[in-house]
Amino acid sequence: MAKDKDEVLAGLAEIVNEIAGIPAEDVELDKSFTDDLDVDSLSMVEVVVAAEERFDVKIPDDEVKNLKTVGDAVDYILTNAAA
Amino acid sequence: MTAENRTVVVTGIGAFTPLGGDAATTWENLVAGRSGVSALTEEWAADLPVRIAARTAVEPGEILPRPLARKLDRSAQFALIAAREAWADAGFETPATDESSKLAPERLGAVIASGIGGVTTLLDQYDVLKEKGSRKVSPHTVPMLMPNSPAANVGLEVGARAGVHTPVSACASGAEAIGYAIEMIRSGRADVVVAGGTEAAIHPLPIAAFANMMAMSKNNDDPERASRPYDKARDGFVLGEGAGVVVLESVEHAEARGARIYCEAVGQGLSSDAHHIAQPEPTGAGVARALADLFDRNALDKAEIVHVNAHATSTPQGDTAELKALRKELGEHLDHIAVSATKSMTGHLLGGAGGIETVATVLALYHRVAPPTINVDELDDDIDADIVREARPLPGEGRIAALNNSFGFGGHNVVLAFRTR
Repeated sequence: MAKDKDEVLAGLAEIVNEIAGIPAEDVELDKSFTDDLDVDSLSMVEVVVAAEERFDVKIPDDEVKNLKTVGDAVDYILTNAAA
Repeated sequence: MTAENRTVVVTGIGAFTPLGGDAATTWENLVAGRSGVSALTEEWAADLPVRIAARTAVEPGEILPRPLARKLDRSAQFALIAAREAWADAGFETPATDESSKLAPERLGAVIASGIGGVTTLLDQYDVLKEKGSRKVSPHTVPMLMPNSPAANVGLEVGARAGVHTPVSACASGAEAIGYAIEMIRSGRADVVVAGGTEAAIHPLPIAAFANMMAMSKNNDDPERASRPYDKARDGFVLGEGAGVVVLESVEHAEARGARIYCEAVGQGLSSDAHHIAQPEPTGAGVARALADLFDRNALDKAEIVHVNAHATSTPQGDTAELKALRKELGEHLDHIAVSATKSMTGHLLGGAGGIETVATVLALYHRVAPPTINVDELDDDIDADIVREARPLPGEGRIAALNNSFGFGGHNVVLAFRTR
């Protein structure tokens, strides 16, 4: 199943809204999870697990530290999601 | 004046209970003699031997924003709501800063206890593990279920840096927390401490376990009448949930900032039974030793005591053992003391009991009114004390004092004393 960037961003925005309470429209590609979106390291694990389920993708623990911005996560999901 | 005899006062109160979402509503319903007990209508309760409990009057999710609530065990949610109320009631802002509150965070502590900790988080996450696998277990599980989580979260909220503590002694935990907080201020470690107890254990596992100990009332058909301390037909406690929190402060600190003072927190008496892991010592000897300890270590005039908020959980053995101890230590003074068992209305909040009952005791002194013990249709034969059955005024003039008793599985006995200023 091919995914486009807007679809993944919208999905991530819903997840971040659910977990951190940030309005979905504020979840933008250049936003940092920790600095801008109030997602601490524990909540980031929740975001990752929710994203794995939603986008049918595996995000290894080693990879999570590289996902600093929403854009990083969108790119990772687009590159690695099951086609 | 040495640090050891600093006087401690109560300057703020907060409560989130089966009788109300705040201290004022809880007090109004206590004085009116209303029961907070109802039937458990959840599917999981259908096969339990006990299908009644005292749920909080307000759901914490209606007050706390969802992103915050989902990272807190229900017991910490209760504690945070009650602590916020007490903190604001004391006239402080959040978080504490030198400017807003004339309070240095290094002189501020938090001591909040729970008897069982985050038991619903533990059990819910175990269900997640079994049903959905390890990857789905919440990364917040440990900070949610650890028994010090309510204390830590309240400490974070107010910015407490003098120390955050959680004594654990089953149903005496809340009282022990308040006693510990009094000592923190007396000994000079802190000027202000947010202290109390919380519990959220209404879940089939704790209910099944307590029921199998033969400790709970099985009066499922008449929930509001099930908790009946001192009544001949009492058959066990009713599980309640909620939190009660007070702000304790050195009198110098309170007076310097012009705070409203509810009463003095005189001190605590402590003992342990070394009798049985779960049964009360039937003669009340352990409780009597806690009372003796209170009078040994505090300048408290027995003649000034006019009210006792009893531990009285509505179990056949415990209620009478406590009264024997009061008689032994207070002698004929007990004849002039209004004894109230507010668990008849709130149910038994386990580690939260010392918290909400301290709030009730403080308000009884402040308003000079003793709340009732409801559901006493026929006083048991060996009840040798003046049990308050309708709310009644306490002496309107002069200095008066009151005690709040809490005892816990393990043989822990805690007596707290308060008096008007």
